Formats: sequence, C-alpha cells, structure tokens
Amino acid sequence: MTGKIDLGRIYGPSDDVVVREIEGEIVIVPLTSGIGDLEDECFTFDEWGRAVWSKIDGSRPLATVVQELLDDYDAPDELLQRDVVGLLQELYERRMIVEKD
Amino acid sequence: MTMPAQTYVRKVPSGAASLWKSAKPALARLDIELTERCNNDCLHCSVNLPAGDIEARAFEWPAARWKALLTEAAGLGCLVVRLTGGEPLLRSDFEEIYFHARRLGLRVMLFTNATLVTPRLARLLRDVPPLEAVEVSVYGLTKETCEAVTRVPGSFAACRRGLALLGENGVPFTVKGAVLPPTRHEAEAFEAWVAGLQGHVGTPSFAMLFDLRSRWNEEKKKNGAVAALRPDGDEFVRFSRRHGDGVVDEWRDFCGRSTGGRGDRLFTCLPSAASAAIDPYGRLQFCLGLRHPDAVYDLASGSLREAVTEFLPRLRKTRATDPAYLERCSRCFLKGLCEQCPAKSWAEHGTLDTPVEYFCGIAHAQAVAAGLLDGGEKAWTVRDGSERAKRRKGS
Repeated sequence: MTGKIDLGRIYGPSDDVVVREIEGEIVIVPLTSGIGDLEDECFTFDEWGRAVWSKIDGSRPLATVVQELLDDYDAPDELLQRDVVGLLQELYERRMIVEKD
Repeated sequence: MTMPAQTYVRKVPSGAASLWKSAKPALARLDIELTERCNNDCLHCSVNLPAGDIEARAFEWPAARWKALLTEAAGLGCLVVRLTGGEPLLRSDFEEIYFHARRLGLRVMLFTNATLVTPRLARLLRDVPPLEAVEVSVYGLTKETCEAVTRVPGSFAACRRGLALLGENGVPFTVKGAVLPPTRHEAEAFEAWVAGLQGHVGTPSFAMLFDLRSRWNEEKKKNGAVAALRPDGDEFVRFSRRHGDGVVDEWRDFCGRSTGGRGDRLFTCLPSAASAAIDPYGRLQFCLGLRHPDAVYDLASGSLREAVTEFLPRLRKTRATDPAYLERCSRCFLKGLCEQCPAKSWAEHGTLDTPVEYFCGIAHAQAVAAGLLDGGEKAWTVRDGSERAKRRKGS
C-alpha cells in the first residue's frame, strides 16, 4: 500500500486488524490476509508506540495528535513529528490504519 | 517523558507463550468440539456419530451460544481456539462461528477431514486466515486404502478436492495420517505424496495409539474393534524408527529431563495449564477426552469464568488413590514417554487413576529401544532412571 502520511488528515484503526490488550500491551492481530509477512505474526509496540496508537482513534487530525504528544513528551518538535509520521507510515503500509473521513 | 530515539512496530509470533510474558491468563487456549457427528465412519475413530444423527444435532449448542462463549473466552485472555469434531464443517453455521472467533483476535486451529471444504470456505480461509495451518486428517493414499478406513464411498475424492481447494487458495495446511491395517504399508509413499502437495507445511504425522471412546454410552461397544487396531510395542517402535534412530534419541532425552515419577498428582500434563475443552453440548473439561462426571462442568448452569478460575483449579489438585497407580505410575521415570493420564484412564477403565496397561507397554518398549531398560525390567522399580538416560546420552 502506498500513500504519504499527511498531518492534516485523520487516521484510525483499520477493519483489517483486531486490537487486543494483553498484559497491558496493545497487540494487533491480523484479521485479513496480507497484514504480516507470515500468517502467525502479531504486532505490538513499545511504550512510545503505544502512546501514539492510543491517540490514533479516527477522531482528530494527525497534527493535533502530534501536538498532544509534544505536550506529553520531552522531545524536539521535529524529531517527534518525524517519528510519529514514520510510525504511521509503517502502520498505513501494513493496513493497520486507514484514513477516516 | 523522554521519547526514545527509534521506535515503530514490533512483530511478535502470536503464540500464547510469547504474548503472555509474566502473568498467566485464566484461559490461554480453548478446544471446542462443535459436533460429535462425522461424515466419515473411520475404523479407529472415537468421535464419529452418524452425520445425520438427529438427537445429537438437536442438543448441539447453536452458533449464538458459541459466539457468546468465544467472546467471554477472549475476555479471559484466550489467544487460540481449536475447532474440531467429529467433523466441524458439518455444521452449517461453521463460517459464522469461525469468523466471530477471528473477529475477536483469536487464532483458530481447524481440525477437519477436508471433504466438506467448499470454494466459498477456502476463500474465507484465504481472506480471513486462521493464523494456524489447517490440520487435515487424510486416511490413505489411494481410493481403496482411504475408503477402507473411512468406510464412506466418495470420501477419497472429496478429501482430495478439499485439499486442492486449500492449496489453490494459498491456505496453509498440514496433513495427518493414521497407521491402520489398510494403510500401514504405504506410510513412506504417503509422506512423499504429502511433501509435494501445494499448500502443505511441515511433515505429516501419523496416529497410531488410538483413543478409545471417552463417552460411556452405547458407542463403547466399538472399543474392542478400536483396541485391536493399535500396534503393540514392537510395532510402534519399528514404525517410529523408520527414518532412523533420531526418534530414539528424543525418547532418551525426554527421560533424561524427567525428575522422577509423577507423584500422586493426576493433572500434570500441558493441557491442564490454562486451557479447557468444551463438548458440543456446552460441557467443559480439561481436555476433550476426559468425560469423568467429576471432571465435567456444565456451562448451562455456570460461567466460563467460574469454570476456569474455580472449577478447573480445584480439579487440578486431585490426587491419585488407586494403589496400582501409586505403586507404579507415581514412581515411574518414563512419564515423559507414557500417555497415561486421567483421560486415558477414564476411556479405558472408567476411573481417573488406573494404570492403562497398553500405554505402559508402549512406553516400556520405547525405553528398551532407547537402552534404558532391559527386557522384562519394570520402569517403576528403577531408582536411577533419569540418570541412566543422561548417562546413555553422554556415552
């Protein structure tokens, strides 16, 4: 899947995955084929990725999410924004998130 | 908070062991027998009521109850559900139950004979993969040998059609055979055929030590015939060694890792840890073979949570009282090889803790082949069994 992540757009979890919480971890389980490289793969995040994922709920533009994270994290604006976009790019390419209207 | 320098998504195998790092879930795996009915009538099978058995069908839980139960299971932390039978694809609501399980994020292990796989089901398994290879029981390399086992004309062609549909749709599957009088001679050719199948993963396994029926009803009449199909110890060892002695080394390793006998605790097997099984009528037990009334919890008058957090842990504390078990099994260092367990004891004797001579004989034959026992020596009289295994491994 191609397409650039746009700070002005709204993103949310895709219907192609199931999100479960196991021992405090977010675990993304593929529902449809082609999400992982292998059929038995799930996906999880570290603490930072989890914080980003929890805000990607289809309710507000990505720029707003970035601003909220800047309020929470002690990080240079550019670095944080780059990592958020990088993470979402990977999630988007894996069909774990989609653009919401 | 400080943001780490490099992040992104981490891939993990979806097995229970890797996802549950510290705390154990109340329920990690659930086995569901959707029906006791089967469209085959295999010589050796212990769960094959006729496909059209109206009474059995009437009492089977409907999809709505299974879906509610699966939702409850996921809430308890369950990661994997096995859908089996009988033949689970006999149920017209199979797809509904399957999709619900996957929608909950559960991995699905599907056990089937593949004869009822349709193009529509194969596409569903392709598009919404079970995340586990489908396990297909295939009985025989030719129409003659296969249908001598299944005793259903047309089952050979139907099975091949089902396998082809899985393969064409890229649905991974693994084949399981059985060593039976009609098929015993074709094991190596069977393995070669399986290796060339589109979509097959792993190596085929073969059932030999067939279970007797665990339901103490009219079907028990079949047990004599099933028992007669099982190999004796020498035959079992000979078949197991057909590709060399690597398997014998494994048997020796099992025994070397053992720390003595089972003691008087009855439930020491892996399935008794955070797993449960439910029959088609909503009765829960440790595993599908264990139908002893004291070991069954009726979900119609309780809840899955109560069953796995109160009933099963209480049952897990059960101690053996049978003098023969305490004299033999509790002290036997072959526990890693022997299939003795409460379910086998129940199927063979109607108790939880009676030694099953057949499995005892098989384990002893393995131990003799591995050089751990002299012929005629009884393992439970050996005091240094695990040390023997370690010494033989090192020698």
